[in-house]
Amino acid sequence: MKIDDGTVRHIARLARIRVTDAQARTLEGELTTILQWVEQLNEVDTSGVEPMTSVMETTATMRKDEVTDGGYPEDIVKNATEKADQFFVVPKVVE
Amino acid sequence: MSDLTELTLATARDGLRARDFSAREIAQAHLDVIDAGNAALNAYILPVPEIAAEMADRSDVRLAKGEGGPLEGVPLGIKDLFCTRDVRTTACSHILDGFTPTYESTITQNLWDAGAVMLGKLNCDEFAMGSSNETSYYGPAINPWRREGSNAPLVPGGSSGGSAAAVAARMCLGATATDTGGSIRQPAALTGTVGIKPTYGRCSRWGVVAFASSLDQAGPITRSVRDAAIMLGVMAGYDPKDSTSVNIPVPDYEAALVGGVKGLKVGIPKEYRLEGMPEEIDTLWRQGVEWLKSEGAEIRDVSLPHSRYALPAYYIVAPAEASSNLARYDGVRYGLRVPGADIIEQYENTRSEGFGDEVKRRVLIGTYVLSAGYYDAYYLKAQRVRTLIKQDFEKAFEDVDILLTPATPGAAFALGEKSGDPIEMYLNDIFTVTANMSGLPGISVPAGLSGEGTPMGLQLIGKAFDEETLFRAGRVLEDAAGDLAGPEDWWSVA
Repeated sequence: MKIDDGTVRHIARLARIRVTDAQARTLEGELTTILQWVEQLNEVDTSGVEPMTSVMETTATMRKDEVTDGGYPEDIVKNATEKADQFFVVPKVVE
Repeated sequence: MSDLTELTLATARDGLRARDFSAREIAQAHLDVIDAGNAALNAYILPVPEIAAEMADRSDVRLAKGEGGPLEGVPLGIKDLFCTRDVRTTACSHILDGFTPTYESTITQNLWDAGAVMLGKLNCDEFAMGSSNETSYYGPAINPWRREGSNAPLVPGGSSGGSAAAVAARMCLGATATDTGGSIRQPAALTGTVGIKPTYGRCSRWGVVAFASSLDQAGPITRSVRDAAIMLGVMAGYDPKDSTSVNIPVPDYEAALVGGVKGLKVGIPKEYRLEGMPEEIDTLWRQGVEWLKSEGAEIRDVSLPHSRYALPAYYIVAPAEASSNLARYDGVRYGLRVPGADIIEQYENTRSEGFGDEVKRRVLIGTYVLSAGYYDAYYLKAQRVRTLIKQDFEKAFEDVDILLTPATPGAAFALGEKSGDPIEMYLNDIFTVTANMSGLPGISVPAGLSGEGTPMGLQLIGKAFDEETLFRAGRVLEDAAGDLAGPEDWWSVA
């Protein structure tokens, strides 16, 4: 798969990473090279093979549905750049 | 007592218990080595001398009463991927600037509960993405080893490059590390140290900055197989806070060191003999076979036919999981925030400035392979190949107990030598990545020196949750290889 400029900008937008024109040009080549390299997987016949979902077979552990943690909002917001009381502050989202 | 840094973790532990020296003394001896050499090696990005002194003093109180845990007073370095309460944790990324966790990772908590002392936070590749420690926001860590007759700086491998460099340079008795595609075993091999990635689920991932959650496992880097056994025994264990942590007892790994390899069936996977592989790596591998054979192991050829597809499959699975895990870095809740006209622009500016080039490449690849229309062709295909890789191992382990392979395709390379070509850098993990893709434990043991006088390692891969056999066989390789006689100290200033 060849990654073109439009695709770089589309996935950069999805990933919420701003790219400059120069970066987009570099990424076009780099991402194309990496994707073409991983496409050697197409040589492998995987018909009838289940995709792996868990590398170690384990059974999910059940526990009682009760609150066992929490109650420290100051800790949660401690590392925020901007906060007000126990809230994170962001630029206005709703007009 | 400067020779305290020359002790192994095991002898230091015994000496502390016998009160031959104090926890404060051995912590200080290491802090002095860090002071003198860290400017040159950049192994620590944040030494914590005051915390180390306080922890050591508390250990000394316990030791004086004849109390204390299995690592009481033992000074360790912590990879910056592990969250440490009230101590800055950044995963060596600009985007986590100033992040100071209000909680402790389960693994580091296990170490402190056992009495260990923290010397500081260690350098690594940004979000553990790299094989040379060159993607760190804090600059590369440098390998204490140099090529004979050359002063050119070599990489210590990665992503746990700071951990490996610090252990090799006597800046700690052991270090925590993490391994997603080879990030414990490859730096261990390149620095003449021992590194083990245990079975997926053996160590809790809670509080460890996530890279690729189905592949990430923590483990120790140390200067001997015994030290690795001791340290892993403390790090490992079931943790209800990590749903992938496995609830089975942790054996006494140190007790498993005896016994040798007599009668052990050792598999040699023919697919690991690569075209263009340096002759000295092949020679080292054959030497390893001879060592095990002479101690009574039975050598058998095995086939892992899908091995060559492990690395390309990894470069779909790992970036896919990374793109999802790294979505949390949005400039709102912690770390760097770069303002923009609206919240979307703020996200984009923050992530553009906060992530380095390799992290961006992987997030973008991951976003692409998970995006509408491509999920089946890339991600599902890779997960099917992963099933085949795991089945290869299951079949091989019907005939053998353990596999012997080289740890890396070459010895340490120079700074900048491979950083221009992503795929050439990725190939460093060609022998290690299969164990991550299949969840199996792998250990790298120093086994000899290259023609350039730098260390090379051999890898053993074991059955799931059979770390004991890795330690037992690793010990035999270690004994046979003898002491590599460490790098000469060029990094310390008086």
